[in-house]
Amino acid sequence: MQVKLALPKGQLQESTAALLEEAGFAIGDYHEGSRSYRPQCDDFPDILTKVFHEKDIAIQVAIGNYDLGICRLDWVEELLVKYHSDAVVKVGNLGYGKRSLYAVAASSSEAKSLEALESRSQSVRIVSEYPNLAESFALKRRLRRFQIFPAWGAAGVYPPENAELAIVAETSSNRLREQGLVPVATILESSACLVANRNSLQGKDLSRFLVALSCTDVGDIGVEEAVGVGAEAEAQRPVVGEPVVTLAVPDGHQQPHTVDFLNGAGLKIDGYNVGRPTARPRIGLDGVMVKVIRPQDMPLQVANGNFDLAITGRDWLRDHHFRFPSSPVEELLQLGFGRVRIVAVVTQDMPVSNTDDLRKLKRDSALRVASEYVNIADKYAHDNHLTPCKIIPTWGASEAFLPEDADVLIENTQTGSTIARHNLKIIDTLFESSACLIGNTEAMGRLDKREKISHLVEAMRRGVEAHPLS
Amino acid sequence: MKVPRCKGTRDLLPGDMAKFRQIEAQFRDCCLGWGYQEIRTPVLEYLHLFTSAGTLSPDMLGRVYSFLDWDGWSGERVVLRPDGTIPVARLYVENFQDLPIAKLFYVEDMFAFEGTGEESRERWQCGAEFIGGSRPEGDVELLSLALEAIARLGIAPVEIRLAHAGLLRTFLEGLGLRGEQEAGVLDQIFSGNVDVLVDIKGKNPELEKQLQLLFAMKGSSPSFVDNLRSVCAPSLPALEPSLDELARIASLLTGLGFGYRIDFTSGRSFEYYTGIIFGFHSMGRKLGGGGRYDELIPLVGGRSICASGFALYVDEFMDLVEEMPRRERILVKAKDAEGLRDSLEVARLLRDAGYIAEFDLGYKETGDFRWIVDMRGGEGIELIDQLSGKKRRESSPAELLRFLEGAGCK
Repeated sequence: MQVKLALPKGQLQESTAALLEEAGFAIGDYHEGSRSYRPQCDDFPDILTKVFHEKDIAIQVAIGNYDLGICRLDWVEELLVKYHSDAVVKVGNLGYGKRSLYAVAASSSEAKSLEALESRSQSVRIVSEYPNLAESFALKRRLRRFQIFPAWGAAGVYPPENAELAIVAETSSNRLREQGLVPVATILESSACLVANRNSLQGKDLSRFLVALSCTDVGDIGVEEAVGVGAEAEAQRPVVGEPVVTLAVPDGHQQPHTVDFLNGAGLKIDGYNVGRPTARPRIGLDGVMVKVIRPQDMPLQVANGNFDLAITGRDWLRDHHFRFPSSPVEELLQLGFGRVRIVAVVTQDMPVSNTDDLRKLKRDSALRVASEYVNIADKYAHDNHLTPCKIIPTWGASEAFLPEDADVLIENTQTGSTIARHNLKIIDTLFESSACLIGNTEAMGRLDKREKISHLVEAMRRGVEAHPLS
Repeated sequence: MKVPRCKGTRDLLPGDMAKFRQIEAQFRDCCLGWGYQEIRTPVLEYLHLFTSAGTLSPDMLGRVYSFLDWDGWSGERVVLRPDGTIPVARLYVENFQDLPIAKLFYVEDMFAFEGTGEESRERWQCGAEFIGGSRPEGDVELLSLALEAIARLGIAPVEIRLAHAGLLRTFLEGLGLRGEQEAGVLDQIFSGNVDVLVDIKGKNPELEKQLQLLFAMKGSSPSFVDNLRSVCAPSLPALEPSLDELARIASLLTGLGFGYRIDFTSGRSFEYYTGIIFGFHSMGRKLGGGGRYDELIPLVGGRSICASGFALYVDEFMDLVEEMPRRERILVKAKDAEGLRDSLEVARLLRDAGYIAEFDLGYKETGDFRWIVDMRGGEGIELIDQLSGKKRRESSPAELLRFLEGAGCK
């Protein structure tokens, strides 16, 4: 009987590969840096494996696409705290990848205890990659008014200027202190765990895995505990003071291009022009603060006034505007670099060559459209009357979803070579995207900000004109 | 592809709607008669209306339908109304705060997630709120109003079950529970899980025993409250005000001839209750409930003012009420396009007289109708009684109406 196993990419990959090998299920081409999404278990051809972003694994197991999965407990709880499903069973703790989920404040913040936050009359802004656990935390702590900002990453960078709290995963509270953060509560202790689909556990023989992976019990999710403010933080963060203009610059793939562009525009940023940029690089302009965050998170952050300007992609701006049409964010400049096409992709075997064909295709079940761009995918499905349809949010490695776990993918591509390599084909180009400077329309009208914003925008405009990209 | 109903929802078919309207009509009529005014709050409210301690419990908040609106980039979530009372408190603060008394009622649907999808996630309630009503007279007025509405719907016997939120809170505080811990235990008790008391290990074994006793004992007279007082109050004098209130309500209800049972395990309740809690039970069902919530209005930004209210659960009543006999249906057959005007006029007169007059051009099945008014002959009106098979001819619409009235078909 075929057993389907969902495996994590990223931090857990090496330990998971070692665990499987030790348990007698060595899986070729599943190791740190491997690019295969479907590594084979040579000794057991009936084991079907697929590699996912850790965050997707609990969801894939819960909906029954996979019998077993390995991911950290925090992602399982992030799913279960919102969707009280009994479809996913926490089978056991695998003992590695330990970390804790903390609610943290900046060490320079005045409100760095739960009591101070609970008594706060203004809204408490909470940033996290775990928005469901963040909401549950806020509700349990009876925070009167709060805002949850889901983030793709770098949540710890936000306090104190852009959030009162961040919910972050870290291996120790000392690591947080090094970043100028103070834990105010431990939300849960986490490590890699084996999860199973309940129906599979009830009806399929999974015993060889359950025995071989020798799990220990997974403890219940701990009630969060308040943490006393410890020794002075080693890295101090700035105290929130006079209004400054805040600029968000991207990490990840867009960082080197952005560095080149800013250098060309005469905007040198110390600490950004390196392999691993610091969270708060310095621009050397009075009253301008720069932070490095994920480009995906920028439109929402600019809309909320947490940042005045940001360098992101048009794709993410459009995804934001599809969800929040009246959002006060606009594109100020097209920067030209980082050109990609946003495309609809299916497998080579699917007998369609365009979206019209896709609409006419006879199906027995809802069309599954997977994408990191949830709102663009949703609009694509609506505009093209692809009905019935399910949108499946993904967190990377999206090509792996086709064809078993999705029918269509909305993805960005530069040359189309990755798509071709995975035996996929493009059936539609939704739009073209490249880097752009975005701004908050309200901030640009403020007297205390207008001049500095104009200065930055003009410098970038000159940069674009001096180094036009084809 | 057949598109199914959304999981956890239900359609109300004509028979259901007839019962629904009947329940609503009786409830509205009662409330209007008692001087209450009808309101309707929006289906969408901000989530933060319900998040303060003392509004909805975390358990209930975990089941609300909350989402970001199209302009929700600030992260401010909105919810599908999960409760009737809290939005009424908000409405009161916004509109009626200067009035010493506001007596309001509503017929609204509430939304809460239910995991199995077998029960409806949308539930209709008929609710009444008495803001500014003194205690315990205001509570007794609400109890009387609710019982009148239930009686009008032909449901009997009804048992009133009483408990007291203030008394429970004082007990838990006496056991050393505070803040979040107290709220958590109270949430469990209000969710119907009194077993949570077994796990409470406080510093006061005597009080623990008394609390167990409180949940084990049931009473149905003011004397029962006196007995409770003699057992509990000496070791926890702070219970006295709650016991006084419970005793006064018990005396008033006894005086009015209402039967009741004091039962601290009487099931689900809300965190915003501060005083008396009451429930209406019949034939193994909880038909509704209510209570006093003196601290809620300040929590939503208003002044300090006493208030209490109740809600009747329409879905429970739907299974119990008998469908009212329907009005007589009469089918009017027209001769042709030229005779249409006369036939329409006859149909209108019949409707004005209280009949259901359906119009027909020859394609309708006639089996559902006892009476057929046939005007196809062009000379007067032929009336056919399909029950007896008899036919008669009426010279005018007035004759027709007279005959129908005489036949007792209204």
